[in-house]
Amino acid sequence: MAAVETCGTGAGGTGFMAAATSKNNVTGFQRKGPRAGGTDSSGSRLVSIAGTRPSVRNGQLLVSTGLPALDQLLGGGLAVGTVLLIEEDKYNIYSPLLFKYFLAEGIISRHTLLVASAKEDPADILQELPAPFLDDNCKKEFDEDTCNHKTPEPNIEMKIAWRYQLLPKMEAGPVSSSRFGHYYDVSKRIPQELLEASKWHGFFLPEKLSLSLKVEHCSLTHGYLKLLNFIQSIIYEEGFDGSNPQKKQKNILRIGIQNLGSPLWGDDICCTENCNNSHSLTKFLYVLRGLLRTSLSACVITVPSHLIQNKAVIARVTNLSDTVVGLESFIGSEKETNPLYKDYHGLIHIRQIPRLNNLTCDVSDVKDLGFKLKRKQFTIEVRENSYIFVHSLEVNSIFFLTLIKFLKHCFMLIIFKFFWCNRMLFFRLLFLFFILMIYH
Amino acid sequence: MFPELNNLLNTTPDRAEQGKLTLLCDAKTDGSFLVHHFLSFYLRANCKVCFVALIQSFSHYNIVGQKLGVSLTTARERGQLVLLEGLKSSVDVFFRAQEEPHPLQFLREANAETLQPLYEFVQEALKPVDSEEAVWRYPVLLVDDLSVLLSLGVGAVAVLDFVHYCRATVCWKLKGSMVALVHDTGDAEDEENDILLNGLSHQSHLILRAEGLVTGFCRDVHGQLTILWRRPLQPTAQREQSLTYQYKIQDKNVSFFARGMSPAVL
Repeated sequence: MAAVETCGTGAGGTGFMAAATSKNNVTGFQRKGPRAGGTDSSGSRLVSIAGTRPSVRNGQLLVSTGLPALDQLLGGGLAVGTVLLIEEDKYNIYSPLLFKYFLAEGIISRHTLLVASAKEDPADILQELPAPFLDDNCKKEFDEDTCNHKTPEPNIEMKIAWRYQLLPKMEAGPVSSSRFGHYYDVSKRIPQELLEASKWHGFFLPEKLSLSLKVEHCSLTHGYLKLLNFIQSIIYEEGFDGSNPQKKQKNILRIGIQNLGSPLWGDDICCTENCNNSHSLTKFLYVLRGLLRTSLSACVITVPSHLIQNKAVIARVTNLSDTVVGLESFIGSEKETNPLYKDYHGLIHIRQIPRLNNLTCDVSDVKDLGFKLKRKQFTIEVRENSYIFVHSLEVNSIFFLTLIKFLKHCFMLIIFKFFWCNRMLFFRLLFLFFILMIYH
Repeated sequence: MFPELNNLLNTTPDRAEQGKLTLLCDAKTDGSFLVHHFLSFYLRANCKVCFVALIQSFSHYNIVGQKLGVSLTTARERGQLVLLEGLKSSVDVFFRAQEEPHPLQFLREANAETLQPLYEFVQEALKPVDSEEAVWRYPVLLVDDLSVLLSLGVGAVAVLDFVHYCRATVCWKLKGSMVALVHDTGDAEDEENDILLNGLSHQSHLILRAEGLVTGFCRDVHGQLTILWRRPLQPTAQREQSLTYQYKIQDKNVSFFARGMSPAVL
């Protein structure tokens, strides 16, 4: 893995965000202006952080979600300093996968992790992370898994311009040289040595609650307050906010929060419609976003939105997060048996894409997306309405075939009258020839 | 500042109306482009602007402002712009105990009864200073957006009170203007938000309502904008009370066209 690399000069020049230059510039949404470049001796040379790349569109630093297909849908990746909210599927089967992909990508890219959960011990979550496809021999397995759906591009080293290697990869195959976004094998666990080499912090709510039981007067639910304080202390102590100028290389903090808003967090929005602390979750999100915006961190939250009783809360939560992705699995729904959806395990809805440093946002034109959990991989595909197409084609073709048959018979009758009645051998032969022509 | 929108509203930075409350409202789409328009509009008009930015960070507004031809950093240095950055202040309010009351003090309180500190901040920011009076034309308050306050635990009535106080001070006493954005949650049945939206619609002089297309996403038409003037009916007036246009947001501009007259369709 490339730990520290300096990006090329003139690759977009002044537009790129200076994530790791001066300590004033380390708010999530700073971009290096021409003036700042003049004072800095390494103005055009950016020190990039492993596993990140600047967005072509808005200059924002991006990290991968661990699922390159999802990165493409979100406009290249998840912007540093923003929140990705995942609305869990009904039985919470597929959303933990996305969550784990995000964390595994952090481990491969040597980012610091912060895992928060009220249900599972973070150490256990980390143990279950999927293994990356890193080597070339894994590529064969990958190809088998995709059933030769897509032929991966040949892994030829480009010698003409080395810089192009850093450009976004658009193919579906695993490429070990790509620094941004990897492919993972969900059937295998991540190697222990990678886990041991990684740096992570765990927040397990039951443990934290037992440490101190003093309830201070505050507007937030106790669990949220503890978590916010924990995140803030990590960001401050490890210098992700740029307040402690680090001697060492800047790094990204990846925050993953599981099942936020569930009753285990001490929140009652899932239990009643008119709850006492309906503002807890939204307030938590707001302060969390404030923390992220001023630090080098990115956050993924999974929320059981189908459990939240009050629809108004969901709308507010959506408004307060940056990117929102919803998963809808077919399990237990009538879509499971519908032939339209037979190729997929569920639908993925891109509900919100943030507008960062821009009037517009990167909305992909494709809205109709399905996901599928293969033997080794979670894939997102553009859902094709091929069934409808084939079906309509069949109906049409039956009609056309009957029409053609009918026309043939009419034609035959005309020829018969014209030639056979002439009683000349030559015409009779011609007639036979015509019959052969038509029925072939 | 989008020149086409100025044409539709029949206004220019030089002759903008004073003492008015403009309500921006978005339903099923993002209406933040209107906020950027009015921010650059009033900075161009040489007004003293107090901007309560609750939803994005300063640098976001600054970069978009640069695309629209105004520099927020210089305006801030010159004292033309007073900015309250909600996201950044929330961290300060939350983690650092302070003695003096902060404008966003309600974040720490379990039951936020009042937005008085925020109002005092606005009042202080837009207070006329004798030496400056010749420099800035009139004060403007811009809020992006008021719905966030509801999410942060402030009641709808408290927000309406805040708007009323600001209107009395900014629009009436100081002869300035006020612009506020509110989301329309539509079918989400957010009662408090509905109270706020209806209350503000009742008070405001001009309502700009951006809506997503009913038919869903479209690459060439991003939504439609309804302009509604709330002024006494004048039989002699030639102009319509309400106009509807469709719009497309581009990188640095927004183009408006009559419904169904998108250049992509024609």
